[in-house]
Amino acid sequence: MDILNALAVLLNFLVIPALAYGSQLALGALGVTLIYGVLRFSNFAHGELMAFGTMTTILVMWLLQSAGISGGFLPTALIAMPVGILVAVLLALGTDRLVYKFYRKQKSPPVIFLIGSLAVMFFYNGLIRFVIGPDDQNVADGARFIFTAGDFKKWSGLAEGIAFRTTQGISIVVAILCVAALFWFLNKTKTGKSMRAYSDNENLALLSGVNPEKVVVIAWVLAASLATIAGTMYGMDKTFKPFIYLQLLLPIFASAIVGGLGSPIGAVVGGFIIAFSEIAVTFAYKKVIGYLTPGDWVPDGLIQLLSTDYKFAVSFAILVVVLLVRPTGIFKGQTI
Amino acid sequence: MSFLLGKNMTGGYGSTDILHDCTIGVEQGEIAVVVGPNGAGKSTAMKAVFGMLNIREGQVTMDGEDITALTPQARVQKGMGFVPQTHNVFTSMSVEENLEMGAFIRNDDFSGTLAQVFDLFPILKEKRNQPAGELSGGQRQQVAVGRALMTQPKVLMLDEPTAGVSPIVMDELFDRIIEIARTGIAILMVEQNAKQALNIADKGYVLAQGKNLYTDTGEALLADPDVRKAFLGG
Repeated sequence: MDILNALAVLLNFLVIPALAYGSQLALGALGVTLIYGVLRFSNFAHGELMAFGTMTTILVMWLLQSAGISGGFLPTALIAMPVGILVAVLLALGTDRLVYKFYRKQKSPPVIFLIGSLAVMFFYNGLIRFVIGPDDQNVADGARFIFTAGDFKKWSGLAEGIAFRTTQGISIVVAILCVAALFWFLNKTKTGKSMRAYSDNENLALLSGVNPEKVVVIAWVLAASLATIAGTMYGMDKTFKPFIYLQLLLPIFASAIVGGLGSPIGAVVGGFIIAFSEIAVTFAYKKVIGYLTPGDWVPDGLIQLLSTDYKFAVSFAILVVVLLVRPTGIFKGQTI
Repeated sequence: MSFLLGKNMTGGYGSTDILHDCTIGVEQGEIAVVVGPNGAGKSTAMKAVFGMLNIREGQVTMDGEDITALTPQARVQKGMGFVPQTHNVFTSMSVEENLEMGAFIRNDDFSGTLAQVFDLFPILKEKRNQPAGELSGGQRQQVAVGRALMTQPKVLMLDEPTAGVSPIVMDELFDRIIEIARTGIAILMVEQNAKQALNIADKGYVLAQGKNLYTDTGEALLADPDVRKAFLGG
């Protein structure tokens, strides 16, 4: 029995990666849930918006790098991100002007918006591949680790190391800052309250003098900013590949729906639920069991419930169960 | 000429007219009540006055100004407050936030108005941090009326404020409505509980099939044998 080493393995390979991944999902799901709350449709182009913002960030990052500017031990992408956010916001607002505004005027049902967002998704998709191509891009530079497995082993004297990568730390810190700022905005400012009011009861908000177009603009600004931040965090932590961002749409929607569509706090909780489930189900427990039991109990297999190839099946299964059992999600969002 | 007047209104939601040459109005500091059987066009008349439906003929004036062409939002700016019959609170927001949203168009300090509303409805002060969706029906109506009062309207329009509340709560709500009228606000309301409503009304309108059937003081309508027989159950 060696509980400390077992915990070290769990922390290193499950908890820390899930916290970082959960932070990224939470940021993505917040954007989805905001758009759903205000414009009342599921924005399928959100994954591509993330990719677009990240792509712009990478382009600016290259520019900075070629000019010899770097973030020191922090990734240069962090300095480039504000520009990425700005361009993504402009793209989202432009899209709203050209596509969604038309359907708002027509008072189209949500499903029309949803299909429209699919078309937008394909457009962004092509745009991204046209500009940066379909290949992997490395987003992270600067110091790779806050502390390495070796540092940890030396410090603790344990056989198992815990590594904490800079990008994981940044993901978690940035997510906390963004969520805190967003909740402050939604709960304390007049504009934020008017957004919640509009999401809660559109007609009454109109009667109270809330300008719907202004609310829509703010929703897109927030969604595009969060999308760029989420995308850049994910790209730094793993890699930037346009196709992967398309696939991210499933866990992000699962997060938003599990938490309750339209509920910001739900999106955050949902993000971590999905991240922890995905990693816990595809985690190989062999080593942990080895530490927790007398040696000869350990079976030959990896003791992995599902191969990592099936990680999207986890989000999908959770999504289906939630829609069947509690369609409003944990925090009583709207049903779809 | 009344302070707020919808005169000879004809119109409806689609191609068929619901209102036919219908006239309702109210004076400042008075309560006018619109009663009538189901489907008489009571709520429709109210919505027409508030600009939520287009009228083909007739006009709406407030304080002598023609406001027929204005949107509901513009009418709120002009000093009209409207409490819809249903979905009249922000359920996910706290009582205080509901009232703050009522004051959304105001850029001045509205803490005085907030205090007035809390004085009028003390229970709201007690529950100010609770989500409005968790309140009872009567308390929700108080939030809804309070929200409309936050703009300091000159006219308050209530669409069946006592729908779905108990008789005791109804009496209490009517008392509050009288109090609001005493501050000089004109109150125009549609009511299902015709007898009780006419009791507190300075003016009553009996509508049927989108037309004015009887118009008189509340007292006179209650005393009118025809009105009693047809609409008030004898």
